[in-house]
Amino acid sequence: MIILCQQLVLGFMIGGLYGLAAVGLSLIFGVLKILNVAHGELIMLGGYGAYWLFTLVGVDPFASLTIVVPAAVVAGLALYWLLFRFVVRAQEERRIKNSLLIGFGLALALDTLAVKLWTADERGITTAYAGKVLIAGDLAIPVVRLASLAVAFALIAALHLLLTRWRWGRAIRATAEDWQAALLTGIDVRRAYLLAFALGTGLAGAAGTLVSIGYSISPSIGLEWTLKALIVVVLAGLGSMFGTFVGGLFLGVAEAASAAAFGGPYREMIGLVIFLVVLMARPQGLFGAR
Amino acid sequence: MLLEILDLDAAYGDVPALSGVGLSVEPGEIVALLGPNGAGKTTLLKAIAGLLRPRAGTIRWEGEDLNRVPTHLIVERGLALVPEGRRLFASMTVEENLTLGAFAARARCAQRANLERVYALFPILRERRRQIVRLLSGGQQQMVSVGRALMSRPRLLMLDEPSLGLAPLMVQAILDVLVEINRGGAAVLLVEQNVRAALTLAHRAYILETGRIVGEGGGTELLQDPHVRRAYLGPLAAPEYFVL
Repeated sequence: MIILCQQLVLGFMIGGLYGLAAVGLSLIFGVLKILNVAHGELIMLGGYGAYWLFTLVGVDPFASLTIVVPAAVVAGLALYWLLFRFVVRAQEERRIKNSLLIGFGLALALDTLAVKLWTADERGITTAYAGKVLIAGDLAIPVVRLASLAVAFALIAALHLLLTRWRWGRAIRATAEDWQAALLTGIDVRRAYLLAFALGTGLAGAAGTLVSIGYSISPSIGLEWTLKALIVVVLAGLGSMFGTFVGGLFLGVAEAASAAAFGGPYREMIGLVIFLVVLMARPQGLFGAR
Repeated sequence: MLLEILDLDAAYGDVPALSGVGLSVEPGEIVALLGPNGAGKTTLLKAIAGLLRPRAGTIRWEGEDLNRVPTHLIVERGLALVPEGRRLFASMTVEENLTLGAFAARARCAQRANLERVYALFPILRERRRQIVRLLSGGQQQMVSVGRALMSRPRLLMLDEPSLGLAPLMVQAILDVLVEINRGGAAVLLVEQNVRAALTLAHRAYILETGRIVGEGGGTELLQDPHVRRAYLGPLAAPEYFVL
């Protein structure tokens, strides 16, 4: 029983990162109507960014968020300008297909780049406080993972503030709902696309940093994270950032429960089962409108 | 001349929607655009607003060619469209929708005053300003849609079927507001199914059929026109049967 609880708590904490990864993907998907399948690779690169800052310069990984996230935003601006701005010119129905092709290409390129730069070995950041554990009753809670969960939540809250208070944040939401109506109110929809994409990649950078702290990174983790994010987006539906975050927590706990019930190899399976069940029973997702 | 359209052709793919359309709106005018379904009325409004680029012809706004102006900057110049089906940001509140209407730089400086003006026109929206738009009645949603367009301080307000699906009392309320907006100095270009009401309040009207302008005249003049009466007002439309 204690073991089960322990696993569920750990699942909850990785779920926060699933949520963070998914919110970035969901923002880009909801606004630009494109699916960036290289989202996981951007997470991976964010992780290596923090890894480099830690091993080469000695920057604390949590502090490195203040460097990695802005860098990821800039990378997002560049990627949008180089690759995705052509995709959003197409009609909405064609965007998905075109973005998949570009995304897969980008994912392969980034994978290869990462192998060249950091080899295919697994890496992680081991700080002085990495082994610290918080004891709560019979449960042991790793401090870095708990802190990562808190940071993930804070980032979602910050995003929520941006999207509701900032003028361009409201423009991004308006564009997501109805881009033609947004144009009619004088919003430069192309700029809303650019900003949403950059915010999404910024979140990927943050997620990558947190993954490299509490878990491990290697060049091949990209696809796995894209899949997790995609499952959460389908599970939660579009439109609510907090809903997506909750969806991530749910997936983390469900995976832990599945691993406890059927054994470790079945951890991944539950996500795919959820994916199928949601698509069959509630295709708009748990928190999606319509 | 506020708006002048010359020889406009537009198409959806290979299907022609407008051919050789000419139309003009003077400052302070109410102009009605009438015609059966599929005649191209919505297409014409979309072309003016920049949502659809014409094949040929010119759209001139205060003497300047609009063909190359990006859509979001057309609003900036004082042209606003209340689109068919309202097209609100349904998950946002009334006030969020309205303030988004003042996104254009020129309108933003006067956002507070514009908001007061819209609330004065539609007092119910002030009461409902924190409500999610999806939960409003159809008539109130239409008010938000008109209000959102007004937030950009347009000199020409274009409306595509603003009375569609509304209760008769609400239709009258919306049309009354248009007259009031017009008195405030804005020109109005109105597409309306309710031909009699539209012609009664319009200074001039155009009739569009299968993508061509087939008739033009003063509002009351067209109300007496035999073709208009037969095609749009029905056989019982003679004034001896109905009091206008």
